Amino acid sequence: MAEPILEVRGLVKHYPLTRGILFKKQVGSVKAVDGVDFHLDRGETLGIVGESGCGKSTVARMLVHLERPTAGEIRYKGEDITRLSGKALKAVRRNIQMVFQDPYTSLNPRMTVGDIIGEAYDIHPEVAPKGERRRRVQHLLDVVGLNPEYINRYPHQFSGGQRQRIGIARGLALRPEIIVADEPVSALDVSVQAQVINLLARLQDEFDLSYIFIAHDLSIVRHISDRVGVMYLGRIVETGRDAEIYDHPTHPYTQALLSAVPVPDPEAREHRERIILSGDVPSPTHIPSGCRFRTRCWKARERCALEVPALAVPEQFRDTSGPAAHDSACHFAEEKQVVPPEEAGEHGSGPE
Amino acid sequence: MPEQPPYEPERAIAGTGMGGQMDLAASEATTLEQPPPGGPGESGHEASAASGERPRSLWSDAWHDLRRNPVFIIAGLVILFLVLISVWPSLIASGNPLKCDLSRAQEGSRPGHPFGFDGQGCDVYTRTVYGARTSVLVGVLATLGVAVLGSVLGGLAGFFGGVPDSILSRITDVFFAIPVVLGGLVLLSVITSNTVWPVIGFIVLLGWPQISRIARGSVITVKQNDYVQAARALGASSSRLLLRHIAPNAVAPVIVVATIALGTYIALEATLSFLGVGLKPPSVSWGIDISAAAPYIRNAPHALLWPSGALAITVLAFIMLGDAVRDALDPKLR
Repeated sequence: MAEPILEVRGLVKHYPLTRGILFKKQVGSVKAVDGVDFHLDRGETLGIVGESGCGKSTVARMLVHLERPTAGEIRYKGEDITRLSGKALKAVRRNIQMVFQDPYTSLNPRMTVGDIIGEAYDIHPEVAPKGERRRRVQHLLDVVGLNPEYINRYPHQFSGGQRQRIGIARGLALRPEIIVADEPVSALDVSVQAQVINLLARLQDEFDLSYIFIAHDLSIVRHISDRVGVMYLGRIVETGRDAEIYDHPTHPYTQALLSAVPVPDPEAREHRERIILSGDVPSPTHIPSGCRFRTRCWKARERCALEVPALAVPEQFRDTSGPAAHDSACHFAEEKQVVPPEEAGEHGSGPE
Repeated sequence: MPEQPPYEPERAIAGTGMGGQMDLAASEATTLEQPPPGGPGESGHEASAASGERPRSLWSDAWHDLRRNPVFIIAGLVILFLVLISVWPSLIASGNPLKCDLSRAQEGSRPGHPFGFDGQGCDVYTRTVYGARTSVLVGVLATLGVAVLGSVLGGLAGFFGGVPDSILSRITDVFFAIPVVLGGLVLLSVITSNTVWPVIGFIVLLGWPQISRIARGSVITVKQNDYVQAARALGASSSRLLLRHIAPNAVAPVIVVATIALGTYIALEATLSFLGVGLKPPSVSWGIDISAAAPYIRNAPHALLWPSGALAITVLAFIMLGDAVRDALDPKLR
């Protein structure tokens, strides 16, 4: 396999908790991201799912250099970018761009659409010569499905879906190779969500993009992703191709998440098993010993409190080559089907 | 990188495979492309005209707006007039503000003396015209000084945070604790120069923490917005973030407070003059006249009303100006 375009190893972000006004003393830390590994291949979409507060957004912000990791590496085409600054950082930024969650706060209300998208060219003047910028911005508006004549309008004159298209156009302006989309549709109406998702899928083909797609909506992630990583409390607990995760989950947390997905078919709904987790997500300042999911897991035994399960193919599936043989950080991993399988199999084409 | 392929008009891609909700979405997709009512729709001619030619920006749009705003035009004319008579008071007042005749003290309106005479028998009209220079100078320069110093320091502290921010915040606390009048008595009593500069300096010294605090809070609110993060992710420098993204969005409260403060500064100059630490009598200012006439309000109200009326109109003009500018800088109100 070719070298991955992006590789993350042991990524950690701890926010210090301090006490005192003048003499600050560290009294602990919020372990927002606590050792995350994944890779992204060229042209593929990696979905990252997990509930609120599990560290998804922090990972996204570290990937686009809005936060500096406490430890770990982010390798872009083999080069660690976490310690870059100045010119080198600016060059990497051209290639990794972000689409934000809330289209209502991610566009400057006092800039015209033309300025918002065209700002990329002011910052990176080498990308487009001055005379051509306006034409490029209009082309981008066209590409994301907006009227190029809207270039002089202000964000408040657009609907949520249109605003998110503007945000996507801004992300595309520098012709990046990777787009980190942090819950790009969760602030939108369901009907508009589909449009934006389809737009992202079309742009991926058109511009040869690789996506990191972060969401808490499992069905949307399944729709767009090639591979999926499930995060819990700052770590990835299970990762694999989308069919492996959705149809053959082996980690109890993934199974619980999937059992909460609404099933449109009332017949199938009758037969399925809901896994209700007890308790709340533990505080990221006091992460449980051993397996971090053990406090809410119905399978937890003594070993779970002592040993941290590694993210690897579980022993019992190691010799098989079936879909259950994917990375899962559980000592007692077992396959369990919780959602009725989609007839169409692979992602994308569903029932017409 | 490949050249951008031509855009294909099909937008809503069929076959979402995500259940009923999503199928509904595909059918709605085309209708949702339309701009929301009341938004872009109302300016169709503008859009077609604007498509290729003049790139617009916040400032050009704001200026375009202001030129059509009657409030701005009236306020601007009043301020222009004030500036004009501050520079050339003899244009409309031929008398000498220091030539007084005690025998005419507190007399009312006479031909050639439309505003009457004050307690010292000086012509109120001439003094009001000549007083504009001091009052406008104090008001405008003190406000500018306070606004620039306060918003630069407060803005930088709010943007960068950390230790400098803590230090600045404690310094503003110290200045807030100084009573203005007492501070004026102490600081200005040692200065013998009878010009407006020590007064302006004193007002700036005591006034900047107020603006600084407001600017700091406003910048902290604005800098957390995603659009600032988005610009940072594009690689924008700190100065670009501050000037292009934060300042235009954080400036509104500063404008409001500064224009209101302008009136208080003119009044503060009057207070200090009244206490004998501001300007001293051969100087002419509205503040001096107002405080001199205040005790005789029952005998000679005109001596008080004309200079205070001029002060009120000046303050109002600046507040209206600030209001108009603030509104013009908010595209949502357009």
